Amino acid sequence: MKPPPFTHHACRSVEEALGLLDADPDGSKVISGGQSLVPMMNLRLASPAHLVDLNPIPGLNGIDVGRGTLTLGATARQHAVERSADVTAAAPLLTAALAHVGHPQIRNRGTVVGSICHADPAAEMPAVFLTLGGEVTAQSAAGTRSIAAEDFFDSYLTTALEPNEIATAVTFNTPNGSSGWHFEEVTRRHGDFAIIGVVALLTLADGRISDARLTIFGGAATPVRLPAVEQLLVGVAAGDVDADLLAQAAREASAALRPGDDIHASGDYRRHVAGVLTARGIRTSLERASARA
Amino acid sequence: MATNPKQVVTLTVNGEAHEVLIEGRRTLADVLRENVGLTGTKLGCEHGVCGACTVLLDGSAVRSCLIFAVQAEGAEIATVEGLAEDGKLDHVQQAFTDNHGLQCGFCTAGMLMSVHALLAENPDPTEDEIRVGLNGNLCRCTGYQNIVKSTAAAAAAGKAARSSAQAS
Repeated sequence: MKPPPFTHHACRSVEEALGLLDADPDGSKVISGGQSLVPMMNLRLASPAHLVDLNPIPGLNGIDVGRGTLTLGATARQHAVERSADVTAAAPLLTAALAHVGHPQIRNRGTVVGSICHADPAAEMPAVFLTLGGEVTAQSAAGTRSIAAEDFFDSYLTTALEPNEIATAVTFNTPNGSSGWHFEEVTRRHGDFAIIGVVALLTLADGRISDARLTIFGGAATPVRLPAVEQLLVGVAAGDVDADLLAQAAREASAALRPGDDIHASGDYRRHVAGVLTARGIRTSLERASARA
Repeated sequence: MATNPKQVVTLTVNGEAHEVLIEGRRTLADVLRENVGLTGTKLGCEHGVCGACTVLLDGSAVRSCLIFAVQAEGAEIATVEGLAEDGKLDHVQQAFTDNHGLQCGFCTAGMLMSVHALLAENPDPTEDEIRVGLNGNLCRCTGYQNIVKSTAAAAAAGKAARSSAQAS
């Protein structure tokens, strides 16, 4: 199908985009890569009167590695982030996850910030953002605010961004040297949205797990952290993580989720696989952390 | 109701500038086919799944159904029509011909452009890398084995051409 009529605004500055958005917040949509928005427009699930295009704005595609942070601008393409050696050094988890976002042709155009703002609960980037932690820089005509990762995702395709706000950047916290990670998803085909997936990040200090962050995606209306599993792990010596503890973690992960049935899989299957992936996430993250420590 | 103004956009397709008068909502794929007259680019799903509409935008393979033509102004657009020179197929097209890499041909234009992008970034891919590189292009005839074979042959032909160019 074809998208309904709209007025395209090729913005030259963030201020211009914010002014346009402020004039008609509910009738406008911000477009960056457009790899989620344009399909919705072609299918007429979205019909904005104004398309506020960030692509021509100079300097908005930054990929900046700082001390303990990685900041991506709103128009930084997924492919550019995936190929950045600096990103891989600072956040190898992000690089690994990007290989699962759509297809090369999608990543050449799609952006990491756009994927986070689209907030598909089965998508990879929101889950990685929630696991690493960090903040969204939200700008409006009234000013700029930061929204923490844990406060950003409200529900299916719904975030804490107001209609008159633009996410001009996302800053990820990058893990320190004694951490290990795991990314895994179950899909019908490579490049599909996940039926269910896990992102894990464990940090060791003096041989014990000092921080545990585990996220399941595809199992609820947003990606969800697993506090019960995380509490089980913090303070445990790496050598004490045995089959019993992994089985308990898997049970806790499954118990934390109430996914529904759909054409791709039943809720029971998703719950079961979430447990399996959680145990695998813990094991692989620990191996990676131990190898680096 | 939003008004529906048209604007003049200059698109550079296969090295040639085309001036078109279009609405903002027209996708690059539709404008290439209907305004520029290059119907080699095909439209299958029109929502980014099938890959039939793949073209190169400044050398990168993209879905032309997920970009509005107004967004492509100033970029170098390459379509399947630009591959052959003076009626002679290029090495990727020749490899698809030689290895039965197409059946009905509907997916072929998108496949060829994706193969060009893949080999530009990775001139000597493994079979696995070929499959990952082309997993965004669907073939309803399911001729994937020969498409992978054709791509490997195109990579080998490109390699041979490069080494003979170096030798001469």
